[in-house]
Amino acid sequence: MIELFRPGVLVKPYERLSRDQLQWLDQASLNILSDPGVWCYSERAARLFKEHGAKVREEDAPGAKCWRVSFPGGLVKEAVAKAPSRLVLGARKPENRLLLDTEVPRVYFGTGSEANIWLETELEDFVSEKDSTLKTKVPRYTEIRGSTALLSRAAKLCEQLEHLDFFIRPLNIQDPEITSDNHDVNKFFASLNNITKHVQAGLTSLARFKDVVTMAEIIAGGKKALRDNPIISFIACVFKSPLQIVDDTAEKVFAIVESGLPLVISSSPQGGSSAPIQEAGMVAQINAEILAGVTLTQLIREGAPVLYGSVPVRARLDDLHDLYGCPEFNQYNIDCVQLARHYKIPCYSTAGVGDAKVPGMQAMFEKLFTHLYMATSGAQYIHYAFGLLDRTNCFCPLQAVLDNEQVGKIKHCLRAPKVSLQDTDDAVKMVKKVMASSHRLFARHARKAMHSGDISSPYQFETKDKKDNVIENALEYMARLEAEPAPHLDSDVVNDIYNKVPGLLPGLKTA
Amino acid sequence: MNTSELLEKIAFNVIQGRVEAEDDGFDPGLEGRPAVTELVTEALNQNIDPKKILMESLTESMETVGEKFEKKEYLIPDMLASAECVGVAMDLLAPHLIKAGVESKGKFVIATVKGDLHDIGKNIVAIMLKGAGYQVIDLGTDVSVDRITTTVKEKQASFLGLSALLTTTMRVMGEVVQKLKEEGIRDRVKVLVGGAPTSIEFARKIGADAYCKDAFQALEIMKK
Repeated sequence: MIELFRPGVLVKPYERLSRDQLQWLDQASLNILSDPGVWCYSERAARLFKEHGAKVREEDAPGAKCWRVSFPGGLVKEAVAKAPSRLVLGARKPENRLLLDTEVPRVYFGTGSEANIWLETELEDFVSEKDSTLKTKVPRYTEIRGSTALLSRAAKLCEQLEHLDFFIRPLNIQDPEITSDNHDVNKFFASLNNITKHVQAGLTSLARFKDVVTMAEIIAGGKKALRDNPIISFIACVFKSPLQIVDDTAEKVFAIVESGLPLVISSSPQGGSSAPIQEAGMVAQINAEILAGVTLTQLIREGAPVLYGSVPVRARLDDLHDLYGCPEFNQYNIDCVQLARHYKIPCYSTAGVGDAKVPGMQAMFEKLFTHLYMATSGAQYIHYAFGLLDRTNCFCPLQAVLDNEQVGKIKHCLRAPKVSLQDTDDAVKMVKKVMASSHRLFARHARKAMHSGDISSPYQFETKDKKDNVIENALEYMARLEAEPAPHLDSDVVNDIYNKVPGLLPGLKTA
Repeated sequence: MNTSELLEKIAFNVIQGRVEAEDDGFDPGLEGRPAVTELVTEALNQNIDPKKILMESLTESMETVGEKFEKKEYLIPDMLASAECVGVAMDLLAPHLIKAGVESKGKFVIATVKGDLHDIGKNIVAIMLKGAGYQVIDLGTDVSVDRITTTVKEKQASFLGLSALLTTTMRVMGEVVQKLKEEGIRDRVKVLVGGAPTSIEFARKIGADAYCKDAFQALEIMKK
């Protein structure tokens, strides 16, 4: 398909569900789609489902028009089978492309959400009350509303993060000049002008979709070039859980699928409020929602590139907010990855989110807990993995730097075992040689592996004395990364975009 | 191969950390080519002055390795590999250097004390010292007080390094120092102690001359 792409990490997937359990969940989802079916607020989608054999009847209820759609199992199965099992998410640099293949559990990690808040970190000196000679540095955090400049900064930083494979705009742009009309063009431009990795986002408004595509075509080098190397893709949360197809988003699905660009059908029910909290119920429902969404894409255009987007979360039972860093989150998510693999659709999954409001031990616990577990699942595309705090409400660049180190170590940890017959023969030779020496030390024989990158380094932000300077060290490292120049688009390309795409903020040209 | 090429190759292989031809090096693709053992043997066969080999190949290359370590280009395994190369070369050169009237930097007896079988740290120190030009007499592990003091006496060693990992065996180091005094040779030998449970305070308490946190500190102290 393509020869040059990011390596990600190839894992041996951990599967939580037995074959029987998988079949029962699949059947339960099909049963849900048959009865009670889905509540479809899009007339166009309802009509399309009906044309392909679904039972559709208009709901007799006050409010917006709604059609109740009952899917025959065969319709869903047939449509889902048409979704491609392998697809490319392009990038400005060919080596940054992603190859998603359901036969190959290659895991990629990237950002996610569209947080309203950017969390800036500064260190301040504090003096001990007991001993004024004792000073310590304490991180102080400032919340800033997201803006195009900050989104540009996020993209530029993420370009430098070695283990970050793709960029979903992590920040909502809220400059005074940003309206619902120019939101999409500005967020895509701010991203594409500052990162050479794959860029993905949802659409705020369908009105400027064509302009976003035009911008991407200019950067990619034309219409065909963009379809061959889709440097952008989209996320559509077409379902409002439980089981309701949203009219506005359904229209976006039609437009994106018709454009030929890749799309994530994402669903994010909350166990305990908009879905059952029990594993079987949650997974059966989210799977039903995603399957219906995938069915819609394949009925619009057979073979449309689509990702199985599973973001199941659990409710906190004290305030009904989302609870990410908990065992159920992992269980729901890993089941979904297994189901996506069963349907042979690349999986957009979730890890690295938590309740922690600032970087620190809680954030580290919650993130590691999900990063590591979900990476073992073999999900092709794990979003939310960098920089998010306060659930998905806040993007903190310092946290993204800390997450980069964590994700890097996880990728290393999950590398395939280097145990071939040649390796074991070499090992025996080495043991004999060392045991014949006077000192019996293997250190010299560690060199080859050490210099080839097979051996990991210590934690990048460690402190050697009895202090915890992780945040200080990570901030210094971040400053070095941010001092690197941005990988801006060529000025001719930028000028062409500004000529053809209205509504771009003038200051973004160089931001 | 002429003399300067041969000396250059020895230095190169020390930096690459290749003791024998079958060893791989820091750079890829060196396996199978002559390494320090083969090249030093050839140099001696060609009657190249052993002092020249020592000064122009071994000493200079170890300085380069030290610089690379300082710059963090090299890590401890690289340093040890190069030190091991120099150690092997010194074994080959020793009889020739003695004939030429060149002495080592001094005799260094090293041992893990009685009751203790841990020797990783002790071995690293031994390799580094040998690589730095000391004549190292390694007595191994679980070595009795008598054997240590007898060896120091018989070999007329100027330095003694004692290692222990256990709090239960570190006290034997004090017994060694006491025995050296009883034998009347304490003033002739500098005693260095090391190992996880030891400390500067412990070294002072038992009457040792120095405490070494690690192999690098041992080398620093020896330089002084």
